[in-house]
Amino acid sequence: MVESDVMIRAESLSKRYGEAEALRDASFAIKRGEIVGFLGPNGAGKTTTMKILTCFIAPTSGKASVAGCDVQLDPVGARKNIGYLPEHNPLYTEMLVTEYLEYAAAMRGIRGNDAKRRIRAVVEETDLGPKFGAEIRELSKGYRQRVGLAQALLHEPPILILDEPLSGLDPNQARGVRELIRELGRERTVILSTHHLPEVETTCDRVLIISGGKIVADSTPQELKRSQGRETLALCLKKLDGFDGDAFVRAVGDAEEIRSVRPVASEEPAELHFEIIPSERGDARERLFHEVVARGGVVLGLERRGGGLEDIFRSLTGGKERS
Amino acid sequence: MPLVVTIASRQFRSFFNGPTAYIVLALVLFSLGFLFWETFFLYDRASLREMFNLLRAILVVATPALTMGLIAEEKRTGTIELLLTMPVTDRQVLLGKYLGVLAFFMVLIALTFPYAITVATLGPLDWGPVFSGYLGLFLQGAAMLAIGLMASTISDNQIVAFFVGLMLIAAFAMIGMLLPLLPVPIASIAEYVSFTYHFDGLSRGVIDLRAILYYLSIALIAGLIALRSLESRSWS
Repeated sequence: MVESDVMIRAESLSKRYGEAEALRDASFAIKRGEIVGFLGPNGAGKTTTMKILTCFIAPTSGKASVAGCDVQLDPVGARKNIGYLPEHNPLYTEMLVTEYLEYAAAMRGIRGNDAKRRIRAVVEETDLGPKFGAEIRELSKGYRQRVGLAQALLHEPPILILDEPLSGLDPNQARGVRELIRELGRERTVILSTHHLPEVETTCDRVLIISGGKIVADSTPQELKRSQGRETLALCLKKLDGFDGDAFVRAVGDAEEIRSVRPVASEEPAELHFEIIPSERGDARERLFHEVVARGGVVLGLERRGGGLEDIFRSLTGGKERS
Repeated sequence: MPLVVTIASRQFRSFFNGPTAYIVLALVLFSLGFLFWETFFLYDRASLREMFNLLRAILVVATPALTMGLIAEEKRTGTIELLLTMPVTDRQVLLGKYLGVLAFFMVLIALTFPYAITVATLGPLDWGPVFSGYLGLFLQGAAMLAIGLMASTISDNQIVAFFVGLMLIAAFAMIGMLLPLLPVPIASIAEYVSFTYHFDGLSRGVIDLRAILYYLSIALIAGLIALRSLESRSWS
């Protein structure tokens, strides 16, 4: 990893609010072009981390830099490189969309024809065209979210920090905003926080799970699933006279696709149940099917259980999450 | 500097987007017109001194009403986070807010010019004290608004900001009335910090550098406390 590719670096960040410790010794580095999801229960420290990176608050200890600018020594430099959508998307609701974007452009030092050009570009990017002349207070939540995003994109920042960009949106609005974020993430470094686990699986290259102020996991969604996910298969067979369950267990247990297999007590007298933990090689389901058929058995059911990010999240954060 | 102007102009325009500013304008001009003209003909003198004194009393209530929302409202709605994560310093934000409300205050003061013109048509008006009186009004307003801005940084509740501002401004405005009750050494200090002492000279036509410095120091000190208060979000 080339040093100049690191857009955001945090070293041992800690933040205390009086007695409460909001963030404890958090360290991470985020590269150019990565889309990183911050996941964690409410009050875990996601928003605190974002507020430190955008230089809204200072860390109690530790260091952070954004695009090479130290957040405490050069906050204005750091902010120039960031487009920020704070939690709850605060807006001056009495302004018109156009007025607001003109104001935001001026605050970013974009004036005159440049401002007109950039406003036109972000309105197109966020699909705000039909609401351009509307008062912000009249807009639906989905459109407000687009105004917040448009504001964050005006100065073409290399880094986007989005605090719960999808919360409170209905499924249709969420889909629109999610697609937009994925689009935006093509050329930018994006950090987003969310409760919505499928978002992380589909949108993010990398996920940081924060719980109790600490980073408890840092990897790709796939890796996380593999290392933490206890995915099991539940197999249900028809109980037949000619089918030897013990021999089946022995044979399947030796297969390379399968880590372990054990019979499970069944409530149905006419069925045999097994719990199988697959290994990382090959597809255990295919192997199981062939083994059963080869022995003259009949498969009644085969299903995957657990192992989704949801379960990993719950086990890492101690089941404290509220979404 | 252009950023300060952007913040100031947004603030100035936002006064006209809500009801507060119109209410303040209407109440100030209505109460001033009523109280001033009611007694004007009894005094039978072409002078604006009485108007300035009334206006200063009215402004004790009006200025914290103008400043209460400056920071408190941004804190309540959360827009403060957007504002302070723009590439600006806290100082620029406060200066912009201050200049925005000061501009609105000047509009308010300008709306009393017709009174001066009316008085001038009724009798021989000495314009010297009128000009210095308006200068005094501007300076005292600048000090009051800075105190109000400071009060607005301490809370996310406009009502709290209003009453804290009102109490502090009233203390400066009314301490002069307590002078007879105070022991001599304290009374002379109290007299020097009171608005009345410095304004009296100006409304008589005496432009005293000490009075100008007095008002500007109050505005500066209040501004510095406001800056500290705004920055305190970092270590609270």
